[in-house]
Amino acid sequence: MRTIEVLEGGFFTTVQDLGRDQYQRFGVAVSGAMDSFALRAANRLVGNADTAAGLEVTMLGPEVRFAQAARVAVTGADLGACVDGRPIQTWRTVAVRAGSVLSFSGQRDGMRAYLAVDGGIDVPVVLGSRSTSTRTGLGGFDGRPLRAGDTLPLGEQPPGKGALRRAMRTSAIPSYGHSHHVRVVLGPQDEAFSEEGQLTFLTAEYTMTPQSDRIGCRFDGPRVAHRTNADIVSDGTTLGIVQVSGDGMPIVLMADRGTTGGYTKIATVISADVWRLAQAAPGDRVRFGAVDLDQACARLLEMEAVLDALVTPERARPAGPVEDVYDEDAGSELAADGFGELADALEQTGLGRDQ
Amino acid sequence: MYDGPRFLTAGDRAVVIEYGDSIDEATSLRVRRLAAALSLRHESGIIEIVSTYRSLMVHYDPLRLPRAHVDAIVLDAEQHLADVTLPPSRVFDIPTVYGGRYGPDLEDVAAWAGIAADEVVALHCGREYLVYMMGFMAGFPYLGGLSPRIAMPRLPSPRTKVPTGSVGIAQEQTGIYPTETPGGWRLIGWTPVRIFDAANDPPVLFEAGDYIRFVPATSEQTQAIARQIAAGTWTPTVRHRE
Repeated sequence: MRTIEVLEGGFFTTVQDLGRDQYQRFGVAVSGAMDSFALRAANRLVGNADTAAGLEVTMLGPEVRFAQAARVAVTGADLGACVDGRPIQTWRTVAVRAGSVLSFSGQRDGMRAYLAVDGGIDVPVVLGSRSTSTRTGLGGFDGRPLRAGDTLPLGEQPPGKGALRRAMRTSAIPSYGHSHHVRVVLGPQDEAFSEEGQLTFLTAEYTMTPQSDRIGCRFDGPRVAHRTNADIVSDGTTLGIVQVSGDGMPIVLMADRGTTGGYTKIATVISADVWRLAQAAPGDRVRFGAVDLDQACARLLEMEAVLDALVTPERARPAGPVEDVYDEDAGSELAADGFGELADALEQTGLGRDQ
Repeated sequence: MYDGPRFLTAGDRAVVIEYGDSIDEATSLRVRRLAAALSLRHESGIIEIVSTYRSLMVHYDPLRLPRAHVDAIVLDAEQHLADVTLPPSRVFDIPTVYGGRYGPDLEDVAAWAGIAADEVVALHCGREYLVYMMGFMAGFPYLGGLSPRIAMPRLPSPRTKVPTGSVGIAQEQTGIYPTETPGGWRLIGWTPVRIFDAANDPPVLFEAGDYIRFVPATSEQTQAIARQIAAGTWTPTVRHRE
């Protein structure tokens, strides 16, 4: 069996896939990657299905050793990913040899990086998902963050071209920074807020607080005023829904949220922007702007198009064992030729598609 | 209960269909009828339907099903609610030991209500409670209909650890803690019954629409049941309700 050995767990590293979304009616949290765009991109870079599990690395990375050669991809936050101590490019396929150690030298941009390995992290499926829910100790690796000494099983390498080599268009690689514009659709309880309260929410600048986590992103800033009160008879929640409790501060519910809640919800972050909050750090500034449902769907389609394009620009080499194809000079060659721009150019000409 | 359903937008992949703003059985029944009607249709773009006290949240995939279609599907199902036959509700007997170390707040509830602890127990176990919804944590059943006489508010400051199987009350609700968690409800008893187990599918004993009856038991009886549960030789008594 192919495995990865965890040498250091990092600050908070968990196994995540796209979540456990069939069990909300039983109160089971969805969990899954906070930035599912980055996880899906990482999976596509190594030839996995979108639903394969990878590692979500928060701020300070783990150190993992590959028992066998593998194709990997690191996406999301730039946490200084290195293989055997040498920096690697993110948002592209990278080959690692048996015995190689992948580590992270330090946080540069964003909060959460994703590591996909061809074949996926093959922990048991619990209630339809491999996602870790640390609050209930469900799924992932024993329901908890990784620590030194854990051995993660890998799935079968996906069939197909031995020399898979993919990269995200440079122009499509997000940079996160410390100031974020997050689009929302108003509702379901926007009527519970005064006009002034709604205006405050949509115009003020909020600062993300250190109490933010996988359950929710919390903010400090001007108070969002209710018409009467903040409590309702509990109803459903969804990813990105913005609840405002009696203190008037918005909380955006994220992957590990409870399935129901009893606070008024002024708006919901659009699917195409949830990753912006997943990558925001405490102290970052966030502004919320309203769009309508059509605009939200248009943004979602754009995001899907970026992911779909990711699978297309691909340069095949003669098939062979992974370690023959990817060695140190292959990395530097590609680093030098700016594969992202090349892919851009190929994409525009319609070349570079699968043969 | 409202005259008709209200459609509330919850972002680009969920919609709330709301029937009222209070906790009552008639509203809950309408919610469960619509949930059943929608489930029967097996629409491929509908991911999951979550029933709550007074509304449903329909989670859908906007890449497969535009919101306008979701609304049309719901409205059509709404027209045919009268045709929906809900399966008879199940009633689960949940053996429960009250007071002492199993229910550390029982005496406080009795003092608050101005009655004896035995009367609190009699009021708590003397009726069948509807499972309105699940939420808060995996497998936590929100049970409505607690006697107003013992409807004591939550603890001012929640406990950091509530043991698995604790039976609590809060205002006119009661519930069972499926796993250990922080919690602010008044704990009056404990049950050995495993109400959530991730190894099972579905992972919970009951669903929204079922009823629970708490059956008083002694410490010895519940410990014996706990051993049988561990050995896999115990199942709860389930009846059908007319």
